[in-house]
Amino acid sequence: MSGIILPGADGALYQRDRAWHPPADTPTYKSTTFRAPKQSLLALGPTKSELSGPTFGHEKLGALDNDLIRNFSQDGTEAIGQRLVVYGQVLDENARPVPRTLVEFWQANAGGRYRHKKEGYLAAIDPNFGGFGRALTDENGFYSFRTIKPGAYPWPNGGNDWRPAHIHFSVFGHAFAQRLITQMYFEGDPMIWQCPIVGTVPDKAGIDQLIARLDRHNTAPMDALAYRFDIVLRGRRSTMFENKLEGN
Amino acid sequence: MLHPVPTLKETPSQTAGPYVHIGMTPNFSGITGVIDADPGISMLTPDTKGERIDITCRVIDGSGAPVADAVIEIWQADADGGFVTPPSRDSNSRPSFLGWGRQPADADGCCTFETIKPGPVAGPDGRPQAPHVSLWIVARGINIGLQTRLYFSDEADANADDYVLNKIMDKRRRPTLIAQKQDGDVPRYVLDIHLQGPNETVFFDF
Repeated sequence: MSGIILPGADGALYQRDRAWHPPADTPTYKSTTFRAPKQSLLALGPTKSELSGPTFGHEKLGALDNDLIRNFSQDGTEAIGQRLVVYGQVLDENARPVPRTLVEFWQANAGGRYRHKKEGYLAAIDPNFGGFGRALTDENGFYSFRTIKPGAYPWPNGGNDWRPAHIHFSVFGHAFAQRLITQMYFEGDPMIWQCPIVGTVPDKAGIDQLIARLDRHNTAPMDALAYRFDIVLRGRRSTMFENKLEGN
Repeated sequence: MLHPVPTLKETPSQTAGPYVHIGMTPNFSGITGVIDADPGISMLTPDTKGERIDITCRVIDGSGAPVADAVIEIWQADADGGFVTPPSRDSNSRPSFLGWGRQPADADGCCTFETIKPGPVAGPDGRPQAPHVSLWIVARGINIGLQTRLYFSDEADANADDYVLNKIMDKRRRPTLIAQKQDGDVPRYVLDIHLQGPNETVFFDF
């Protein structure tokens, strides 16, 4: 699809397509029952307060922030599991890269267990795996990190529901109204299609956007498989910052 | 100038899940040694100008239970009503006030931010909006982050004239956004955020 818009709405974000996102109340994912707002959202054009947002160009990230294989190592031993490089490009709906934005990620270990005090799954803790990392996108909107493939795990929802292997992502963009949390799944995993949380996404094409592709070209030989996961944030009509490095 | 229309769909949201504290406040969740401090935990620097305040938000679900696994982020103007602007975004020095905070909920569903009172920001009509803080709330069982705002109980005149508050047609719901002031050495503003129920907070689609 292509076309043009006329100037006059500078600064506005494209309206969020709520039908593309999960609705608030999804009974097959039972945790939404008491947590889904029942009233309609009040739709308003974003003001300056929502069109601005925190950026992290001033942050100096640590050398291991994007290396989950090593960043929680207690004794120099690397995390257990299938070694992966996960990378991708953060774009907006105009297909423009989003440079220097913070991407955070967290996940279970290779056995499907999180390092969290409320986690009760019997799979073993890996003493050298924390499950947290972060990266800043580069000038072209790319991020990357090293990790191990998280395991699938059972969870108390339907009695015998399992989460497919997944990695949680938090992305900022440059406007607070672009703020997004999502989850990444792995190409070819049959568990994706039986997950009640995946199933909250109404459109199969939307689910497809959450599935990272195995990328044979970017595998690290004799080391790690590579998966590519691109993330799209809301786009902006703005011409205000056309020439700024931050993009629109 | 003419501009292209969107060509990509936004990535669908997924719930932050029960372990969002691992990813957003790792030190709080016990994953220490990876990063020095949890991002957004401290908003103030020695050079931050403005009136020191605390903001406490409590998240409550439709059964009346606290949402102890939530994370709240806030975004606000500085004391002059300004936001960190693009030129200083790119500098290597940390701004004296970024305006962004992030807190994990405690067992009572509470998040407390040590910050300053924001100045007024111009609204779309050019007139100042009442001082406010933008909120974004995520947790298990929340499929897409909830957007709302916090206003201040001691700004009654400004609140009555506020662009956004006046868009809430059912006036009885406007108080769901107004934090109540508690006096002290540092004034504290307290807001209950009800995800459901008769006092359900007004959430926005900005």
